[in-house]
Amino acid sequence: MYAALWRLLPGPPLVRALICLVLILAVLAVCFTWVFPWLAPHMPFNDVTVGDH
Amino acid sequence: MPQQAAEPQPAHPSARVRVAAAIVSFIGELCITAGLLLFAFLAWQLWWTDVVANKDQAAQVQAIEHSFDTAPPTKKPGAKPKPANLGDAFALVRIPRFGKGYVRPVHEGTAADVLDRGIGHYVGTALPGQVGNFATAGHRTTYGKPYADIDTLRVGDRIVVETRTAYDVYVVTDHQIVLPTQVDVIDPVPSKPGVAPTIAVMTMTSCNPKFSAAQRYVVHARLDHAYTRAQGLPAGTLTPPKGG
Repeated sequence: MYAALWRLLPGPPLVRALICLVLILAVLAVCFTWVFPWLAPHMPFNDVTVGDH
Repeated sequence: MPQQAAEPQPAHPSARVRVAAAIVSFIGELCITAGLLLFAFLAWQLWWTDVVANKDQAAQVQAIEHSFDTAPPTKKPGAKPKPANLGDAFALVRIPRFGKGYVRPVHEGTAADVLDRGIGHYVGTALPGQVGNFATAGHRTTYGKPYADIDTLRVGDRIVVETRTAYDVYVVTDHQIVLPTQVDVIDPVPSKPGVAPTIAVMTMTSCNPKFSAAQRYVVHARLDHAYTRAQGLPAGTLTPPKGG
């Protein structure tokens, strides 16, 4: 799929590489802002209280 | 091969191979992507939540100190103190054993979103300095990890709780490692359900071992001395203890 993405991107290789970098940063930003904070409470290492939580 | 001889030759033998290769490489790329995202999650959880929470909690501490200094208590002396609203910060905890500059905000409540902002106070337990059990919870890893070094506390170590009215100095008496279901550690008299308290104690709970929710690390402390804000803390109270 990454090969297909590479073919779809316009411009010379340098431009394509820069677009890829922007895409990667965008994915990471979405993960850090929304996906991971949503996922974290379901992880087994964030529980510090006694009783039902 | 005999099978090939029995079947009619495919029109484009290389087309089949190309489709198979595309499927395999697609699955492979998915796996690599998932692995990289897992690393990203670890980086976020173990590093980024600390960066964000440490900054946030330092700012909170400044705001709380400022509010303590500028807004004196409004209630009449002798009136029964009321707990803060859920999620609101109402005290500061200083633990010299955790470092000279260690100070963290305490919020009302122990829900996940509260604990991500600092130390949490179990709802319904005593307030700082009150007779009963001032019970708190804090992260041992991630989100600024206020109770990261809870296992380094030794009997006699001081825990200073600052409120709008007083400095309450607790002294560590013991620790225990319990199952998460053992709620009596935060009873008014720890581990003695139904018994009426006669002294002020403090309880800290965090996870144990680190990065696991299997057990809870629990530290108990007893109120040693309370100073009014006007009195201030005696010199040397916040000096980190020597030795382990």
